[in-house]
Amino acid sequence: MHLAYPAVLSALLFCTGLYGVLARRNAILVLMSVELMLNAVNLNLVAFDVWLSRTAEETLHSGQALTLFTIAIAAAEIGIGLAIVLAVHRNRGTADIDKLRDTSERHDPDGTDHDARTAEQSDEAQKAEATA
Amino acid sequence: MTTTTLAVLVPLLPFLGAVAGLLLGRTAPGFVRPLAVLPTLTSLVIAALVAVRQSGDAAVNAATELTPTGSVPIELALHIDGFAALVAILVGLVASCVQIYSTGYLRDDPRYPSYAALVSLFTSAMFLVVYSGDLIVLLVGWEVMGICSYFLVGHYWETPQARAASLKAFLVTKLGDVPFLIGLFALATDAGSFRITRVLGAVASGSLDHPTLIALLLLAGVAGKSAQFPLHTWLPDAMAGPTPVSALIHAATMVAAGVYFIARLLPVFEASQAAMVVLAVMAAVTMAGSALAALAQDDIKRVLAYSTIGQLGYMTGALAVGDRGAAVFHLLSHGAFKALLFLAAGVIIHATGTNSLAAMSRMRNLRDRVPDAYWTMTVALLALAAIPPFSGFFSKEAVLGVAEHVITGHTEHAPAAAGWIVLIAGLLTAVLTAAYATRLWLLTFRGRGTEAPDHGRQPLTMTVVLWVLAVPSLAFGGFAFRLLPDWFDGRDLSPTLTTSVLGTGVALVGGIVTYAAWRHTTALTARVPLGAVSAHPEGDAAQVEAEAIASHEPAYGDIAHAPDPADPGRLLLGPLHRHAAAGFHLDAVYTTLFVRPVQAGASLVRFLDREVVETYVRGAGALPRWLGAAVRRAQTGNVQTYVSALLAGTVVLVVAVVLVATGA
Repeated sequence: MHLAYPAVLSALLFCTGLYGVLARRNAILVLMSVELMLNAVNLNLVAFDVWLSRTAEETLHSGQALTLFTIAIAAAEIGIGLAIVLAVHRNRGTADIDKLRDTSERHDPDGTDHDARTAEQSDEAQKAEATA
Repeated sequence: MTTTTLAVLVPLLPFLGAVAGLLLGRTAPGFVRPLAVLPTLTSLVIAALVAVRQSGDAAVNAATELTPTGSVPIELALHIDGFAALVAILVGLVASCVQIYSTGYLRDDPRYPSYAALVSLFTSAMFLVVYSGDLIVLLVGWEVMGICSYFLVGHYWETPQARAASLKAFLVTKLGDVPFLIGLFALATDAGSFRITRVLGAVASGSLDHPTLIALLLLAGVAGKSAQFPLHTWLPDAMAGPTPVSALIHAATMVAAGVYFIARLLPVFEASQAAMVVLAVMAAVTMAGSALAALAQDDIKRVLAYSTIGQLGYMTGALAVGDRGAAVFHLLSHGAFKALLFLAAGVIIHATGTNSLAAMSRMRNLRDRVPDAYWTMTVALLALAAIPPFSGFFSKEAVLGVAEHVITGHTEHAPAAAGWIVLIAGLLTAVLTAAYATRLWLLTFRGRGTEAPDHGRQPLTMTVVLWVLAVPSLAFGGFAFRLLPDWFDGRDLSPTLTTSVLGTGVALVGGIVTYAAWRHTTALTARVPLGAVSAHPEGDAAQVEAEAIASHEPAYGDIAHAPDPADPGRLLLGPLHRHAAAGFHLDAVYTTLFVRPVQAGASLVRFLDREVVETYVRGAGALPRWLGAAVRRAQTGNVQTYVSALLAGTVVLVVAVVLVATGA
């Protein structure tokens, strides 16, 4: 099989994942898109490993071994990611990324009431915890 | 032990006592009193021993150079002649008396440990000044005394008067010390050495290039330290400190340091006729002015302070006519009786609960309440007024006699003009001195009105030292005037007939006139009730005094005088009284001349700093702030925006790399 097929497929997969990460609002769907991107990379690794080991005298198949690692780490990562999403959803009642904007810099030209603002934020956080 | 070793121990012991007192003050309060009294007493004994060994013979000189310091060498040097030996005994005696007295006076004072340590440090510095044979070492002691005086004047720092007085004392004396330092450098440059012996050798060989300039610069420092005319204003205010401090520092020793300094370096001053005349005029103005001011003061300690200024004027007068023997003779006898006057005044303030003469003149039977203070103060006031058998008579007559000698042309050292100035001012001051001494005595002990408050007997520590000091006040002059010339320059110090008759006569006139005025005004005493006493009569003397000083201004309207029509000084001075009470408005003059311009300059600098410099700083900060505000807009909080930006950046980088790699 020619190398172009898996390469194109993985590029398509990666672009789909990228689109999902950039465009989706639901945090779970964003995580799924991240998985798509990861798997595109996995596909590349396997395909290139096979392509390279065809001509080599002897090989360790390091690409395929790395793929196994990536899958294992991806599993752990998605576990943590989903747990965070679950916690956020429990706290805020939503998993919409557009609404999770706590790190934004609010608009104030002076920047003098920085302390007041952080205090206000911690107040909000406490309120959110209390409602949860 | 050699005399040199003993002499080194004299300043060293109180210094070690001060260090130990400061270190142990909190941890071992039981050691504080012994640590304050014993080193000073030991120093007194050793100083006496040094004096016995030296016994007016050739001066003891010793020097060691610790390290080469560049151009003019600075050596740790001792120079003990008769002057140094005797002045050291006076310092030791007064300091020991004051330390013993303070244990009673500041009995319950929580800051007693630091107080006692500072007094010890001061004593050590004064010994250093007295014994030092090197001008820079002398300067070290000189400045240490200044800073001790600052701390001790401000001992009652809870009261605004004490805070202001300590700052004033420090600033005014420093005003003199700056020219003094420059004068020392100029002197050492001309003479090629800081050693007093070499400086005097250089003067004798006539190698001093700028004698007038040097003498006048040094005179400024002496005027500051010894409270002479233009720079004397700090001394009356320094009475806001505790009475023992006033007795030790502001009457007997530190203020005498300036006189002692001139006595040591008299040939330098004699090299310039102009400096001698300036010294004479300074002494005359100081004497007469301070005596007039003393006659108008209401605070008992301020009367004594002005009297100190006047007596120091006598000493500088004696120096102006070129006789340091007479000056140091008066220094010694004055040190004893003025310390006694202050310590007795402390007892009286404690007993009456007030420092106001107007209030004391409305108290009956004060002398029965404090018999020790009554008798010893009478002795000291007679000595101050220079009545014959007392020690002040002999020393003052020595000064006047020397001035007369100069007028009649018996000496070539001093200009005759200086002699006339000193003699006339001295006689005028003798009248006024007798007048204010009589006024002080009459108002304090011959009061009429309510019974003086009875607080029981004064502590033994406070009364015994009065009698100890009464002995030299009574007898020192009479016994010493024959012996002292052996210790000093060898000039005769015995009173001459003319000046004795004149001096005693004018003193008697002053006393009698004041008595007559007092008889005339005393009827008014009952009609005008006055007087405020301390709120805590059961407290220790220091607390009573602090309250008395703090309450004088609210009670009588001024810190210096009281509106008392029964005051004989008011009758004697007439229209002059108002000005004399305010110290001839010298403080007001200084306020307009120096304080206001400095404050205006300070507010100008403040304006420049706040409005001009700060505007530039703000302007420099504005641009980065605006840029920051613009960049902050990018922080939307939306993660997807960030990732989009990341992607765009990556794409741009990849395109760039590809372009570069392909060489396009």
